[in-house]
Amino acid sequence: MKLTGAQMLLKCLEMEGVEVMFGFPGGAVIDIYDEIPNSTVEHILVRHEQGAIHAADGYARATGRVGVCLVTSGPGATNTVTGIATAYMDSIPVVIFTGQVPRALIGNDAFQEVDIVGITRSCTKHNYLVQDIEDLAVTIKQAFYLARSGRPGPVLVDLPKDVMQQVAEFRYPESVQMRSYNPTCKPHVGQVRKVMKLLRKAKKPLIYSGGGVITSGSHADLTWLARNLCIPVTSTLMGLGAFPGDDPLFLGMLGMHGTFAANMAVNNCDLLLAVGARFDDRVTGKVDTFAPNATIVHIDVDPTSIQKNVSVHVPLVADCKAALAALRAESEASLDDIDWCADHREWVGQVQDWGREHPLTYKDDDAVIKPQFVVEKIYEITKGDAIIATEVGQNQMWAAQFYKYTRPNTLLTSGGLGTMGYGFPAAMGAQRAFPGKLVIDIAGDGSIQMCIQEMMTVVCNRLPVKIVILNNGYLGMVRQWQELFYRKNYCETCLDAQPDFVKLAEAYGAAGFRVTEKKDVESTLREAFALDKPVIVDIRVAREENVYPMVPAGASLTEMLLV
Amino acid sequence: MNKHTLSVMVENEPGVLSRVSGLFSGRGFNIYSLNVAPTLEKGVSLMTIVAEGDDQIIEQIVKQLRKLVPTIKVKDLTEVKSVEREMVLIKVNAEDSKRAEILRIVDIFRCKVVDVSTDELTIEVTGDQGKIGALINLLGRFGIKEIARTGNVAMQRSMQMDL
Ligand SMILES: Cc1ncc(C[n+]2csc(CCOP(=O)(O)OP(=O)(O)O)c2C)c(N)n1
Repeated sequence: MKLTGAQMLLKCLEMEGVEVMFGFPGGAVIDIYDEIPNSTVEHILVRHEQGAIHAADGYARATGRVGVCLVTSGPGATNTVTGIATAYMDSIPVVIFTGQVPRALIGNDAFQEVDIVGITRSCTKHNYLVQDIEDLAVTIKQAFYLARSGRPGPVLVDLPKDVMQQVAEFRYPESVQMRSYNPTCKPHVGQVRKVMKLLRKAKKPLIYSGGGVITSGSHADLTWLARNLCIPVTSTLMGLGAFPGDDPLFLGMLGMHGTFAANMAVNNCDLLLAVGARFDDRVTGKVDTFAPNATIVHIDVDPTSIQKNVSVHVPLVADCKAALAALRAESEASLDDIDWCADHREWVGQVQDWGREHPLTYKDDDAVIKPQFVVEKIYEITKGDAIIATEVGQNQMWAAQFYKYTRPNTLLTSGGLGTMGYGFPAAMGAQRAFPGKLVIDIAGDGSIQMCIQEMMTVVCNRLPVKIVILNNGYLGMVRQWQELFYRKNYCETCLDAQPDFVKLAEAYGAAGFRVTEKKDVESTLREAFALDKPVIVDIRVAREENVYPMVPAGASLTEMLLV
Repeated sequence: MNKHTLSVMVENEPGVLSRVSGLFSGRGFNIYSLNVAPTLEKGVSLMTIVAEGDDQIIEQIVKQLRKLVPTIKVKDLTEVKSVEREMVLIKVNAEDSKRAEILRIVDIFRCKVVDVSTDELTIEVTGDQGKIGALINLLGRFGIKEIARTGNVAMQRSMQMDL
C-alpha cells in the first residue's frame, strides 16, 4: 500500500492503538492535519502547545499508556519544551511529533525553523529527525517502544514537511530491533537472595517507594510485601498512591515536606528498601545524614539512578515489577517459618507512635478558610475516588499531605521539574481518558494563570475538569521561603492584582464559584463536583499559611520545623 | 581526580557526537580528550574518551554513556590492559644553532620531521601519554610555537602481554 508520509504517520498511530492526540496546527504540519479527518485517531485542539504536551502527559499518567502530541515547527515545537522536560524528569511515556521545515531548508534559518532535536536532546529519552520517508514507520515504532520500555520517558520525532508529502510503500514493523538498546529488566537472582537475607536480618526495615512503582505497575506486589512482612512504607511525592494511603503501615511522604514519622523512620531504620525512587535532594535533605543507620537496597530499572546521590549497599537493577515479584516469590516461602510481624512489632509500634505524636496537622480556624481544610474536604467528599492533579507550590504539598491516595495513577503532579501550569492541562488529559471520572486540579492562584487558556479546550470538548483554587493572593511557596529565610521580604510574590476567576470561568462558558466563608466550603465543592461541566472554584484561603513540617533546604531530615 | 580512558562503541547516526558531548557538558563532567571515527563494522563508530573525575563520577559517566540509546558498548580501558596512542604535531623553534640537537631528540624518540623552514621544524610523534609528555618537555626549552593533538585512541590488548 502506497501512502504519503502524513497518511503513514496516522496509520502508525492507529496501529499503536493511539485513540487521541493533543495538538495545534501550523504550516509545517498542514499535511498531517489534512489527513486527520480520515483517521480514527481523535485530535484535541488545545490553545497553547504547552497545554498539548501536559495533556498528553496527564493522559499517560492516568492511564499508564503512551500520551501523544502533535505540534508545528519552530514556535510550536519550542512551546512544548517545558512539558517535555516535565515528562522527562518524572519518567512519563509521551511521544511528541513536531513539524519541521522541508529538508532542503533545514539549517538555513528558514521561516519557523528551530533545531528542536538539538534543543530537546537533554530532556528527551531519545529524539529523531526523520530524513527519509523509508525510515518513518520504523522510527515511529521505535519511538513508542522507547517511550514505554525500560525507564519510560518522552521521545520526540521531528517531521520535515516534504517527508510528510512524499509517497512510499507502507509497512509497519511488528517488532523493534535495536542492537544498542537493551534495558535490564529481569533482576539478578543472586541479588534478590541477598536482599531477602538482609530483610530477614533487619529489625527496623523501611520501604521507600517512588514513582517507578507506579510506572511499572508493581503496586500490588509492593502492597503484598509490606503487609505480609509488616514493613512500614514511606513514599516520594511521585510514589503516592502506590501503597494505600489509608493503611496503618503508611507513614506518608518523606523529605522536605514529609511527615515526622516518615523522616524519623528514615533516620532510625536499619534497612532501607528503596524501590523506583531516585533519592532526589527534596527527599534526602542533607545527603551525609540521610538514613545514617541503614543498609540501603536500591531497586531501579535505570542504573544511572543507583549510586548517583547516595551510596547504596545492594543495587538491584531491574524493572520494579519484576524485582518485587521476585522478592514476593522468595518471601512467600518464608511465611511458614518466620513470623515477620512479630519480629517487626516493636519497630512498627515505634513508627506509629511517631505518627501519633506529630500527625500532619494545622491550626484550624473558623474566621478564615485554611487550605488544608479544603483539601481534607475534597477527600471527604470524593472518598478518595477521584483523579487529583495539582499545580506547583503550597497547593501541591497540601494536596500531597491531606488527601489520601489509595490507588496508583490517581495523583498527577510535576514532581521532578515542579512545573507551574502543569496541573490543569494534565487534568484535561486525564479527563479525556476517563470521561466519567471526577478529575480535580488543586491549584494556586499563581500557577493556574500559566495555562488558563485551556479553559476553552475543556469547555468545547466537554471535559468537566474541576479547578479548585486555593487562593492566597501570593506565590505562596516562594512567599513562605521569603518569610522563613529572607526576612519576610515579599519581593514580587504578592498577587493582589487578580482576574475575577468566576467571571473568567463564565467568559469561557464554564461555571464559576467563589467561597469566602468556611461554612460554604463543603456545600460549594459538592455543588461544583456534581456539575457536568468544567468549573472553577475560587476559594479565598488564609493568606500566610505555611506548609509544615518543613526541612529547610540542605538540612538533615530530623531538623524539621513543625506546626 | 583520575584520568580514565573509555572506549565507546556507538551507532553512527546523525547527532550521536553531540549526544555524547552534550551529556558531558550538561552534567558537568570533564572531557580531557575525545576521538571519533568509523569502525570496520557498518554503521558503528568508536569513540575514545579520556575523562577526568573521581571513582563516583567515572561510574556515573560510564552508566550515563550506556544509557544513551545509540550506545552499543562502553568499556573502561583503565581497568584492563590496553594500548593507548596519541598522534601529535609539534612546531618548534629551530634556528641553526639548535637544529642538530632537536634532530637528535627526534631520532631518539623515533619521531618524524614532516615540515621544515629556516627557523622552524614540524615534528610528528606517535606514542602513549608518557612518551608524548616527555618529548613536549624536552622540546619546550626551544620554544614550541604550535601543537595539535588527536587525543588518545585506545584498544584493549588481545593477550595480556606487554609488547
Ligand atoms: C514555571 C514555574 N515558574 C516558577 C516556579 C517557582 N515557584 C515554585 S512554587 C511558586 C509559587 C506558586 O504560587 P501559587 O501557584 O499561587 O501556589 P501556592 O504556593 O500559593 O499554593 C513559584 C513561583 C515554578 N515552580 N514553575
